[in-house]
Amino acid sequence: MDSSKVPEEKLTRTTTVQETVPESVEPPVPRSMPKLNKSPLHGLWALTLRDLRKWYTNPYQLLISLIQPVVWLGIFGKALNFGTFISQSGASPAVQNQILLSTFGTKSYFSFLSVGMLASIILFTAAFSGMSVVFDRRFGFLNKALSTPVSRGAIVVSKVLQSGVRSLIQAGMVLLIAVVLGMDVSNFSVIGLLGAFTLLFFMGFALSSLFVTLALRSSDWQTQMAIINLLNLPLLFASNALFPVKIMPTWLQYVVKFNPVSYAIDGARQLLLGTAGVPSGIYNPLWLDFTVITAFAVALTAVGVVMSWKLLTK
Amino acid sequence: MMPNQRDTKPVSKAIVEVEGLTKTYDGKFKAVDGVSFQIEEGEIFGFLGPNGAGKSTTINMLTTLLSPSSGQAVVCGFDVHKHANDVRRNVGIVPQEYTADEDMTGMANILLCADLYGIPRSDSKPHAMELLNLVELQDAANRKVKTYSGGMRRRLELACGLINYPKLLFMDEPTLGLDVQTRAAVWKYIRMLKQEYHMTLFLTTHYLEEADSLCDRIAIIDHGHIIKIGTPTELKDGIGGDVIVVGVADGEVDLSPDIGKLELVKEVKKNGNEYRIKAESGEEASPQIMDLIRSKGLHVTKISLTKPSLDEAYLELTGRTLREEETNRWATMSQRITMARARS
Ligand SMILES: Nc1ncnc2c1ncn2[C@@H]1O[C@H](COP(=O)(O)OP(=O)(O)OP(=O)(O)O)[C@@H](O)[C@H]1O
Ligand SMILES: [Mg+2]
Repeated sequence: MDSSKVPEEKLTRTTTVQETVPESVEPPVPRSMPKLNKSPLHGLWALTLRDLRKWYTNPYQLLISLIQPVVWLGIFGKALNFGTFISQSGASPAVQNQILLSTFGTKSYFSFLSVGMLASIILFTAAFSGMSVVFDRRFGFLNKALSTPVSRGAIVVSKVLQSGVRSLIQAGMVLLIAVVLGMDVSNFSVIGLLGAFTLLFFMGFALSSLFVTLALRSSDWQTQMAIINLLNLPLLFASNALFPVKIMPTWLQYVVKFNPVSYAIDGARQLLLGTAGVPSGIYNPLWLDFTVITAFAVALTAVGVVMSWKLLTK
Repeated sequence: MMPNQRDTKPVSKAIVEVEGLTKTYDGKFKAVDGVSFQIEEGEIFGFLGPNGAGKSTTINMLTTLLSPSSGQAVVCGFDVHKHANDVRRNVGIVPQEYTADEDMTGMANILLCADLYGIPRSDSKPHAMELLNLVELQDAANRKVKTYSGGMRRRLELACGLINYPKLLFMDEPTLGLDVQTRAAVWKYIRMLKQEYHMTLFLTTHYLEEADSLCDRIAIIDHGHIIKIGTPTELKDGIGGDVIVVGVADGEVDLSPDIGKLELVKEVKKNGNEYRIKAESGEEASPQIMDLIRSKGLHVTKISLTKPSLDEAYLELTGRTLREEETNRWATMSQRITMARARS
């Protein structure tokens, strides 16, 4: 357009418009869109970190989560110690040790229970991973994430991953407390610790996949609480976490056999407390524990990812 | 900010094509019922309608958050169902609710958004700062969002919606619950996005003056149906000219047939002592009407002339005013605010 032909009124109007826009909102020079990372894993770590940051910047949450296992260690492990029945039986120390070993797989019930408590804190952390999905949906963040090209699976896996990392750290703390309170450390080894925590991590991964999947469609935290209560205590009590399988009624022994949590605890006990002098039949072979737990984790994570495609868009 | 489009001439091309779009909730309730429309590249397109009209449901389908029950929608050249991720990469969204994470800072929220789009930090860091400057939040960038006011949160949502250099920006009630000043600021940003970046904007609103002053074209939607689409002028013209209301001292005599015979008058309704007259050119018609009434020996008690506004167009099309629903609106809004507060 020939600028000399522009009517004067139009010219002045243009200038006024420019003057009324404050300098601070002077539009930046347009930049072109950068190359996007389109891998299905993009955004996974960012989402995980978001949740982890919330957790570690709120120390109360961490402290509260430690209360339950520590109290149980005190009540069941110290005050109501099973082992004392045997030590008060009047049998000779050698016989007593033999009975303890063939019941608990270790000479100290407190150590036996400590490993159970490691599993317990992981179970509880996993159970509440579903809750964070519910809150994200409730407060709109989930919709924001869903409106971006981040893969639906990454949203689910980030929830599972953050819960896995948290439960590992919390389990580490419970272990430390248990050691301070008198857990038997004579059989600790680097490999044993790594192996035990690998098992526990996989168990946490599997369980949080389960709880996250159950929460995918829900925006109602009461329902979610009910689900947690429904699953959590049976998973814990119908396992070898608190009591040895040997003393359970037969029907319960079958339930325990089908409860994957038992396999993680079984493996972790062997790896942390040693198997020297333990009669055969107390523990599963280690390879079985690892196989069951790995399969459990892979299967439930796969279910979670597949369900996320279905359940996250309405 | 945007793909560099300054040099390209704005070509008239549809960036959104919607055909028979329907969303059925719970198998029976049709929240959106066979909606069809097109949005041209570079225009500001407005959805105007009362509570529950289906505005958000439509936006959610176009932004892939909801899958349509039937019908077609092509956004930025991609089918919303088959190529959802391509649609997501190309559009920006400013949702009706606040979606930012309150426990994070404004800056962290935008960067997280960028990460979810797969934008490398080397780009998203300077870009986020630019956007915060644009919405004048630079001083609050490192404050937690829970300390933000409602207006600041809206502007943060806007900045988040722009992080992926969208060609098309969806804004669901961008000025709901904002004070006059903040609303003016949001209008300013919207105009700037169109003028400086040639961005296409789709916004929903229930403020008539907002639709009137901002939008190039408006679709009036009610009960899931689009009642009318057109430019604000077209919609106003559609109601058939100016409205003249004349009060006459004696209501017994019916002058409607005589007034109706005047050339400029299109429609006359008598209501007690008052005549409601639609006329083509009100300024010329009113003196003629007054002359006519006086020639019959009657006395004119009052006269008013109203130029057509979108208010009237809306009233004409839907049979109610949007103002009546304002109260409802505020109930909803305050509920949302309470919910947001309950979090902290
Ligand atoms: N998830 C849902 N299930 C059932 N009905 C729904 C659901 N979401 C919305 N609706 C209904 O669909 C209709 C349209 O809702 P929508 O949110 O699209 O309205 P809107 O035009 O955005 O209204 P507002 O101005 O209040 O935001 C409403 O009657 C609403 O009750
Ligand atoms: Mg809405």
